[in-house]
Amino acid sequence: MSGVPGSGLARGLAVTLRTMSRPSITRQYPDVKPDLPPRSRGVIALFEENCTVCMLCARECPDWCIYIESHKEVVPAKEPGARERTRNMLDRFAIDFALCMYCGICIEVCPFDALFWTPEFEYAEYDVGDLTHEKDRLRDWMWTVPAPPAVDPAAEQPKELLAAEKALDKAATARAAASTSTSAEVAAPDDPTMPSSAEPASEQAAESDSASAPEDGGPA
Amino acid sequence: MTTALEVAAKLLVVLLVFLTVPLLVGQMEHKAMAHMQGRLGPMYAGGFHGWAQLVADGVKFAQKESVVPKAADRRVFELAPFVALLPYLIVLIVIPVGPGQVASSLDIGIFFALAVVSVGIIGVLMAGWSSANKYALIGGVRAAAQLMAYELPLVLAAASAAMAAGTLSLSGIATAWSWWWLPWQGVAAVVFFVAGMAELRRPPFDMPYADSEIIFGPLTEYTGLRFALFLLSEYVGIVVLAALTTVLFLGGWRGPFLDHQLGWLWTLIKVLGLSFLVIWARVAYPRLREDQLQKLAWTVLVPLSLLQVVVTAVVRVATA
Repeated sequence: MSGVPGSGLARGLAVTLRTMSRPSITRQYPDVKPDLPPRSRGVIALFEENCTVCMLCARECPDWCIYIESHKEVVPAKEPGARERTRNMLDRFAIDFALCMYCGICIEVCPFDALFWTPEFEYAEYDVGDLTHEKDRLRDWMWTVPAPPAVDPAAEQPKELLAAEKALDKAATARAAASTSTSAEVAAPDDPTMPSSAEPASEQAAESDSASAPEDGGPA
Repeated sequence: MTTALEVAAKLLVVLLVFLTVPLLVGQMEHKAMAHMQGRLGPMYAGGFHGWAQLVADGVKFAQKESVVPKAADRRVFELAPFVALLPYLIVLIVIPVGPGQVASSLDIGIFFALAVVSVGIIGVLMAGWSSANKYALIGGVRAAAQLMAYELPLVLAAASAAMAAGTLSLSGIATAWSWWWLPWQGVAAVVFFVAGMAELRRPPFDMPYADSEIIFGPLTEYTGLRFALFLLSEYVGIVVLAALTTVLFLGGWRGPFLDHQLGWLWTLIKVLGLSFLVIWARVAYPRLREDQLQKLAWTVLVPLSLLQVVVTAVVRVATA
């Protein structure tokens, strides 16, 4: 409050006029989509293939809004004389988003990376019952899950990537071994890169490719 | 025959102004107030920046049921909106928009205008009394008290302008106006404008409506078209106040050039400018408390206007 009478009134007018002269930052929502942070908690997606029906999510859910139904199927023994195995088959996986409080505990607790946050939020319904998303709808949300954040520059690759690369290498080695076994006489002695490229994979490939390995190393 | 046609044409123009300029002011209030508050305001109605919002509002009001409370004094209740609205329409008849361009040139124009504008308050009082609602009654009585307090500075300020011009005719006052009236009659202009705003019960002088304490005062029980009429009377009131201030203190149709041809344009620009001031004050200032309201009228505006009358008289006598 300065001494000049009426200065407060003038300041009030100045503030409103200044606000008016500035462009409004309002986004016209249905026309302009909001810029959401990448990890926004919009809706929960289910990666059904990863789910083992362990029920951890349903048990940890504070709202009890996850419904899981399953049955067991008998998998016949792989080798003759071995024991038959049973597997959990997912029949129903539903999340009632009318109850969900978006705490994300189910996602944290899932040991198999079957649940993910996605930033989609436009799934309002006219009937509250329709807010219960069944398995198929939860699976469809998977397509909207953003890519995981990049790792630090010097950090090692995520485990999933390492495992996938190993599997790829293994497959490549198996294929290479298969091709060398058919044309081993021509390719193997002339190609100096062949042993070195096959070297890292040979540790895992040792057991399965035991038949082709001696042939590979034999001429060299 | 020609005179009858002429009168009809003039009245038609007045009616047209009565129907369009208040809507313009209302739209300006929507948009200016929104931007002053960092909002966008209506954006959809009509397609371009919500220009048809008030038309849409009108359609909505027309669709609504007009409810009359069981205990209300039905006849008075239904009549009140028209009593509040019509005086402003009648005042528009005597306001000149250009040299000689006035629907009805009265020699006692300013007297007529002030007398008729004061009738509008009767409508509000009727609404407050007939609603059979304590909030409406409190609001109506507050409106009456406000009118009593602010009518005096309003009339004194207008009297100062009349004294300065030496005539009661609105056209005469606008003709007599010259630029040095701005410092000479400046205080009267401010007092007139502020008191007029208070008579219109516009924020920050909206104690009679004060929605946070007495719901909506006299308008609490009104719905539909009758409520819309009250709202319309508020915007016509703004136009009338701005037009009267323009004619009395800002030279009416006087502009930088072409006074005779473009007089109506200068008048319109001044009226819209003053209407913007009314809206601006609404956004910038909080509502005055009832005692502050009365205090402002009796301890500030009345002495100031009396002083202005004395100054006007002294200058008139000294220069005569």
